[in-house]
Amino acid sequence: MAPLVPSSQPWVEKYRPRQVKDVAHQEEVVRVLTTTLQTADLPHMLFYGPPGTGKTTTALAIAYQLYGPELYKSRVLELNASDDRGINVVRTKIKDFAAVAVGSARKGGYPCPPYKIIILDEADSMTEDAQNALRRTMETYSKVTRFFFICNYISRIIEPLASRCAKFRFKPLSEEVMSNRILHICNEEGLSLDAQALATLSTISNGDLRRAITYLQSAARLFGSSISSTDLISVSGAIPEDVVKSLLASCKSGEFDVANKEVNNIIADGYPVSQLISQFLDVIVNADDIPDEQKARICKKLGEADKCLVDGADEYLQLLDVASETIRALFDMPQTLVF
Amino acid sequence: MLWVDKYRPKTLDKVTVHDQVAQNLKKLVAEQDCPHLLFYGPSGSGKKTLVMALIKQMFGAGADKVKMENKTWKIDTGSRNIEIELAMLSSAHHVEMNPSDAGFQDRYVVQEVIKEMAKNRPIDAKGKRAFKVLVLNEVDKLSREAQHSLRRTMEKYSASCRLILCCNSSSKVTEAVRSRCLNVRVNAPSEDQIVQVLEFIGKKENLQLPFGFAARIAAQSNRNLRRAILFFETCKVQQYPFTSNQVAPPLDWEQYVSEIAADIMKEQSPKRLFAVRQKFYELLVNCIPPESILKKLLAELLKKLDSDLKHEICHWAAHYEHKMRLGSKAIFHLEAFVAKFMSIYKEFLVSTFG
Repeated sequence: MAPLVPSSQPWVEKYRPRQVKDVAHQEEVVRVLTTTLQTADLPHMLFYGPPGTGKTTTALAIAYQLYGPELYKSRVLELNASDDRGINVVRTKIKDFAAVAVGSARKGGYPCPPYKIIILDEADSMTEDAQNALRRTMETYSKVTRFFFICNYISRIIEPLASRCAKFRFKPLSEEVMSNRILHICNEEGLSLDAQALATLSTISNGDLRRAITYLQSAARLFGSSISSTDLISVSGAIPEDVVKSLLASCKSGEFDVANKEVNNIIADGYPVSQLISQFLDVIVNADDIPDEQKARICKKLGEADKCLVDGADEYLQLLDVASETIRALFDMPQTLVF
Repeated sequence: MLWVDKYRPKTLDKVTVHDQVAQNLKKLVAEQDCPHLLFYGPSGSGKKTLVMALIKQMFGAGADKVKMENKTWKIDTGSRNIEIELAMLSSAHHVEMNPSDAGFQDRYVVQEVIKEMAKNRPIDAKGKRAFKVLVLNEVDKLSREAQHSLRRTMEKYSASCRLILCCNSSSKVTEAVRSRCLNVRVNAPSEDQIVQVLEFIGKKENLQLPFGFAARIAAQSNRNLRRAILFFETCKVQQYPFTSNQVAPPLDWEQYVSEIAADIMKEQSPKRLFAVRQKFYELLVNCIPPESILKKLLAELLKKLDSDLKHEICHWAAHYEHKMRLGSKAIFHLEAFVAKFMSIYKEFLVSTFG
């Protein structure tokens, strides 16, 4: 009989904190919530912040600490962007769930307060009509139901909803916090990570702990238990620094055809251009030999190109336009031809 | 059978151009579990080949027995009923489809097909894998809403359904989806690698390749292996034994765009613009993607222009292509680009030659 190979769970889920106090370094949020949990009288809540900072984790941990495993399924409704979020869902599913009152039976030592929780994850993708329809529901059933909204941008939540909620901002995680968490996971999984790889992981994940853990797990799968900087860069989709530098060098040559050839090579190598623009911006801003006026011109063009890419424009044309404008800026050529 | 299909590697061990990637994938699926994967890279670089070889590595020979079916979903959103029909390739272990073919309804397709696969547990649960694989092609063409739908759905049902996403560029895949997948970059092969593949095929087909012939085809293909192999076969059909200076004929639509470029360089007048419009309509009704037309046109124009003009023209090409992406009638933007080019070029000629 062959030994049963255990199915490896994603580490993002495996190491997700189960208690509110374990959520890493969102001190203000954790302190307020811990106090509030003792009284078990929660307001409606709005969690917002960048991705991978613990918003969903905190919401689930609160629900778990209030109800425990037995009542969790019946007392907590979780909706995501993957479910239909139109006005129809608000009128039916959410209202039906919110309208039913609950008893105060206590199970297994958990507080089990006499209300239910509806978690609306990724609330910023709800339509405005759906958000408006929610206002009355929130007020009418506030005795028996509490709403948790989770989003990346608080500006996408309409003001009437936001004003009914206690707001909690989740900060991007600092490098030190991220490093501690990553090292803990490395110890548990038997990985070795040198200091440079650790710094690289923090850099490429930009304060997003979920991304960092995913990269770490991917690199461990592909490259075994000893992981280097290069391994992390290759699984993350970040672009090697020499590629960005060679693009800048081709622009400094002043020849359009040289830059065009370099752009063609970058596209053929499959590097994502939005990532390249982001890294190119860093290189331009940190360059010592470029005057401020030239930097301003190039950065303006990079911003425009980024917007065009988000709209779905072609990558080759946008990158060529960026390279062309960089050449013109570096050599102080006019932005528009005059004859 | 076309050589491009005949000589496609069927297993990860036979992959030659991306052997490092293939070995990594082999190591990845050696364990019982496999993460969601995102393959990205330019077209013709071998993404699909790697995906099919990977599925065969995971499931064995059963993955080759595929059938094409047109499936219809009826979805009740409460306010209205939606009916969507889509073609998909399926075997006992995996399903392959292009959800963007459904247009703006792609979000429902994405959700429903994953939920359906999750409901139907694998036929032989004691077999190699406890999950099925869903291959989604052209993920970068999915709408934002569909990609949002994808993110949670792929998490929820990951125990029974693994996704392999294919796209040309990961820029248009939302960060949330990218961070839930293992990203595999498949770069276009270098010209040397293409030459190697062409020589391999030539040997298999017992063909004599003159010196430099394979290199010329590789240069002509723009690092697109599919084009290179098709060019190679076209040369064989056209003229064998190969002559020392034989060149593959360009594609019809590319020849047509070259003519357009020559036309607008020769004369800049409303009458010429009208004639060019007819040519654009001809290309569009033959289902050439408008962005391909614009890029090819730009490439042809850049060959004939001064350096100063090159900067200007590539800016306007990027500008009008962006507008084209936001609008719905491509002919407006293609014609606007040509009009702008004519205006700039004529002004340049007048100021230069009087």
